[in-house]
Amino acid sequence: MPTTLELDDTGQIHTRGCRLRIDSVNGGKTLAVYLMSGATTPELAAAAVEGGADLVELGFPFSDPLADGPVIRRAAERALAEGMRTRACLACLARTRELVPDTPLVPMTYAALLEAYGWERFAADVRAAGATSLIVADLPAGERPELRRIQLVAPTSTDERLRVAAEQSDGWLYLVTLTGTTGARTDLSPALAGLVARARAVTDLPLYAGFGISTPGHAQAAAQLADGIVVGSRVVEVADEGPDALRAYVRSLREAVDAVVPAS
Amino acid sequence: MTSTGLYGTYGGRYVPETLVPALDELEAGWRNAQADGSFRAELDALGRTFAGRPTPLTRAERFAPGQRLYLKREDLLHTGAHKLNNALGQAVLARRLGKRRIVAETGAGQHGVATATVCARFGFECVIYMGEEDMRRQRPNVERMELLGAEVRPVGFGTRTLKEATSEAIRDWITNVETTHYLIGSCVGPAPYPEIVRELQSVIGREARAQFEEAEGRLPEIVVACVGGGSNAIGIFAGFVDEPAVRLLGVEAADAASLSTGRAAVLHGARSSVLADEDGQIADAHSISAGLDYPGVGPEHAWLRDTGRAEYVRATDQEALAAFRDLTRLEGIIPALEPAHALARARDLEEDLILVCLSGRGDKDLAEVLSH
Repeated sequence: MPTTLELDDTGQIHTRGCRLRIDSVNGGKTLAVYLMSGATTPELAAAAVEGGADLVELGFPFSDPLADGPVIRRAAERALAEGMRTRACLACLARTRELVPDTPLVPMTYAALLEAYGWERFAADVRAAGATSLIVADLPAGERPELRRIQLVAPTSTDERLRVAAEQSDGWLYLVTLTGTTGARTDLSPALAGLVARARAVTDLPLYAGFGISTPGHAQAAAQLADGIVVGSRVVEVADEGPDALRAYVRSLREAVDAVVPAS
Repeated sequence: MTSTGLYGTYGGRYVPETLVPALDELEAGWRNAQADGSFRAELDALGRTFAGRPTPLTRAERFAPGQRLYLKREDLLHTGAHKLNNALGQAVLARRLGKRRIVAETGAGQHGVATATVCARFGFECVIYMGEEDMRRQRPNVERMELLGAEVRPVGFGTRTLKEATSEAIRDWITNVETTHYLIGSCVGPAPYPEIVRELQSVIGREARAQFEEAEGRLPEIVVACVGGGSNAIGIFAGFVDEPAVRLLGVEAADAASLSTGRAAVLHGARSSVLADEDGQIADAHSISAGLDYPGVGPEHAWLRDTGRAEYVRATDQEALAAFRDLTRLEGIIPALEPAHALARARDLEEDLILVCLSGRGDKDLAEVLSH
């Protein structure tokens, strides 16, 4: 997969800001998946990549995750019960990096973990462990702009906030498709089209849509509108069935995304 | 962090992006209301004609015989606790913002009852989140909320108390943000909530100060209040914070003592002093009183502690129960278990002229107390 590699100030090679366009093989749409950190996560991440995932978000669990619905919340509870504190999550990230050396990996977590660990220390240590960037679900754009991370925007975001988020976002902009928490929904949110249009008007960054995407049908519809998609809760559920089930499910998403007719 | 909503390094707005426009709208609406004389006039009128303000100041002669100890009687406010001061103010604000649905969390149920009360009065749809454990130990309040027309949604995971109820209320708000006002019950949460709740509860402190001066010809030496999220304390402290000679003392439940035993952490949208571990994971709080059973506290209290303006101590379940019984038997006033914590520490004090905020009455606690 063609990616843009660069050396940063510390001499580390990393994928520049997660920007990833898979031009030749897959028609240009990115498929990102979310997995909760845990003992089997590195293998699951590898299975997802084999199934066609371009990017893996790794949840670092928090006890009180405001942005998450029941599936990810319960996954976080289990992970914490299994001892997945910050250090264990960093180790999981490092092992995942070994298994999928060319795949962007993005830890996703809440401000509380960075507050406890030290904001700069956390940012440095995730990168040292192999992270490409970072998502902090409850740190809105404009706060701590020095913390390089992927910004989220929502249907409720004003155009001005879309602009600020895009300016500060590290490589791509995460479009939350719906007004709500993570979790599967019956239909793709009708709010996505409008949000994509408003975001396009203020930035050239890749726009990846996430929240509420679970079926291949959702995936195709969302990928039609945006530059890529993020699938979270449904991936977490299928991952419980093991790597083979996960690989097959991701493959079904990949096929749906690749079936998108590119806009001319 | 942004410059607004900070108390030293505490406070802020740690929320998903979806809520930022709602918080901006709330802040603008609040500033607008503060500048509008008719808002203050409406709240004053509601306080007088609906809520029962001003509440009395009662000298507790037998409970603390060696001291001149006064009780600010928020237990006599309509619905039985100070919570209505905040619920009324936020209801008027919600109406001004054009919201038609209210969501809230509740611990002991007093804030839930106050919210259900204002929703009945103002005609709002009302959804209250309450932990299943709290529903069990504060059953009368659940019944009252439902009678008032609120939908009480049980929260059955985690500690099944106020912490999870608050998280679920916030998740509901995220999902329904365009139609819904989140009527938070204490001086916690993302900015501007801590400031709004303090300002709405500051009527306690203003009244108490004037009443105390009338009764004693001078200010108290010390003001004592229980601290869960911290709203009755911040409200009564507000009347005295600018008088350095007046000590301010907050009393937490011993096993929910965010200020005495916690650390800086982020919970429910704010950085504050929280019972959290070294990874920032929130710990369980425990208290016999549902309203103090919360691992966080308002960010302004964390700042008052750090600057030395206020001190925070603890009282155990047993001490609170003893103070509950003593106030009941010696003064004929049944306090809620929450302010019983303040009473427990108040009678230990060296000071003579003491003002205690009696933040609520104890009807809701009869079953719990009688079972001990």
